[in-house]
Amino acid sequence: MTDMTLPKTAARTADEAAAAKRARMDLISAVVRYSLLFGVGFLMLYPLIWLVGASFKTNSEIFAGAGFLPESPTLEGYVQGWQTSTPYTFGRFFWNSFLIILPKVIGTAISCTMVAYAFARFEFPFKKILFGSVIAVLLLPNVVTRIPQYILFRDLGWLDSFLPLWVPSALAGDAFFVFMLVQFLRSLPTDMEEAARVDGANSLQTLIFIVVPMLGPALVSVCLFQFMWTMNDFLGPLIYISSVDKYPVSLALKLSIDTTEAFEWNRILAMSVLTITPALVVFFAAQRYFIEGISAGGRKG
Amino acid sequence: MAQVQLKNLEKVYNKTNKVVHGIDLDIKDGEFMVLVGPSGCAKSTTLRMIAGLEDITGGDVIIGDERVNDLSPSKRQIAMVFQNYALYPHMKVRGNLSFGLRIAGRPKAEIAAAVDKVAEILEIEPLLDRLPKQLSGGQAQRVALGRALIKNPGVFLFDEPLSNLDAKLRASMRVRITDLHRQLKAEGSSPTVIYVTHDQTEAMTMGDRICVMQAGHIMQVATPKELYNAPANLFVAGFIGTPEMNLVEGAMEGGEFIMGSQRLALGSDLAGRLSSQPGSAVLGIRPQQFSLVSEGPALQAKLVNAEFMGHEVYMHADCEGHRLVSVVGAAEFEARGQSDVIRLRPDPKTLHVFDKSDGRNVSLHGGSIAA
Repeated sequence: MTDMTLPKTAARTADEAAAAKRARMDLISAVVRYSLLFGVGFLMLYPLIWLVGASFKTNSEIFAGAGFLPESPTLEGYVQGWQTSTPYTFGRFFWNSFLIILPKVIGTAISCTMVAYAFARFEFPFKKILFGSVIAVLLLPNVVTRIPQYILFRDLGWLDSFLPLWVPSALAGDAFFVFMLVQFLRSLPTDMEEAARVDGANSLQTLIFIVVPMLGPALVSVCLFQFMWTMNDFLGPLIYISSVDKYPVSLALKLSIDTTEAFEWNRILAMSVLTITPALVVFFAAQRYFIEGISAGGRKG
Repeated sequence: MAQVQLKNLEKVYNKTNKVVHGIDLDIKDGEFMVLVGPSGCAKSTTLRMIAGLEDITGGDVIIGDERVNDLSPSKRQIAMVFQNYALYPHMKVRGNLSFGLRIAGRPKAEIAAAVDKVAEILEIEPLLDRLPKQLSGGQAQRVALGRALIKNPGVFLFDEPLSNLDAKLRASMRVRITDLHRQLKAEGSSPTVIYVTHDQTEAMTMGDRICVMQAGHIMQVATPKELYNAPANLFVAGFIGTPEMNLVEGAMEGGEFIMGSQRLALGSDLAGRLSSQPGSAVLGIRPQQFSLVSEGPALQAKLVNAEFMGHEVYMHADCEGHRLVSVVGAAEFEARGQSDVIRLRPDPKTLHVFDKSDGRNVSLHGGSIAA
């Protein structure tokens, strides 16, 4: 009996030793991997962390060292930065940004979806030439159209209003989004739309009830990109908007550099932190839809 | 509820690529018509033209008494079941079933009643609140069927609805669909069914009549029995039946079929129907019509391979350079199939003779073979 069990026990202890060794190796490799990832991640995020840290520093401390932890944290930068050197608070500029972004994002989503649907699903005269010109616009540097656009909007009397920022987007002026949605639509099977047609839906009903829900993830990306780009857009508002009371945050930030002789860096940094916050919040909130992807679209066997 | 007529129907892609070559087909009210053919024979294109999902290049589609060429799919009193179900992925089963009625703006109570009725018929009540991605293939196909059924259409169009299912499920869905058709007929609504498939088993078991297509042409329209017993041409003969019919090239001479050094008497019945002039021909013999004999007139062949299928054996034999497949009972194989050289005697009543040049079955109505 003991003769029988002994070798078994020996084998088991050998197995256990091997398992323990493997577990130890796994642990070491995990520690090394995560330290490396953490290190590189920290390095890349450092400027952002420094920005947040520096916004709580005093003006004199900001350039004293590269550390990000403020010695005596103060909200002075935020309080004074919010007041700005203009008659308006920074809240006004956030509101202006919002007024530019919201119609622009909605207009983009609607117009680009309709244009992309037409290009992806219908046959009409000159379709190839028209789609070619959409792609051509995509490749065209933006600066080329600045002056003709400016003259056009000036003649329409739209200068110093939000219209030059809204209208091109509401007319599917962002070729990139049209292209992106067309590509996404091409990858979707047409069976559901055909089933909807057999079920009696017309083209618009098919678009709204069938295509748009399937386009969901792509539309979220479109809205997200448009939101971030508009939030960060500096040149557009700079060219078309001249009254301070209509400035979005991107222009307002520069305002505080312009008007002060000795730059109040802590105010600028504090407002910069506030400016990037909405973009970060929106991005993290929408991340789930990004990742959810197109798995909901279409099903196989 | 509606008969369907195709009159000289044509489809041309990109102005040069003709895929449907002017087909004529009459489908009777309440009939179960199967369009069958190898892939690329334009059977799906034909169905899509009937559905209105594909433009008609030439000819007419008539549903009921109305020419529907220019009507949208929803105005053609049709419902369609797609190969990959085409369920709306973001709607629950209930939403999928009721979409058509909701678009039509029917009252809520009526929609709910219709959904419940269809769900009961197809036994999908427990699935009503699930999303399509939570369904198995068979369940999804039943929902797709329900979406067609709820419209109470005059014509059901099926586009290879079972090809994504596994073999077992396919067999049970096959029966379910034919049962459903019978049930609807008994209730008096008698919908016409046009069913596209590439699977001849589905075609043979489900269809009242079968339309065999090849490369945009109709090869034969007949009942399953007729197709099997009296194929009109070489294509149909080779396409229908498993294993495939043996088609052997040879020459006709004085009531005998000559292949290599062997002669096979066709029997007075068949020989009488054929004209006496000699010529080259193709002889068609169903594998099931052979019997293994030990003596008497028969084809001598070398046994190459024998596949044991349980109650029967598929024998592959070489006869004058032609591969002959025969199906014999297991007991018969045990008794006489063990030698290298076997003697196969076909039943002369079931032989078919085809014209080699145009593929016509000349043994059917007494035709002559082109010299």
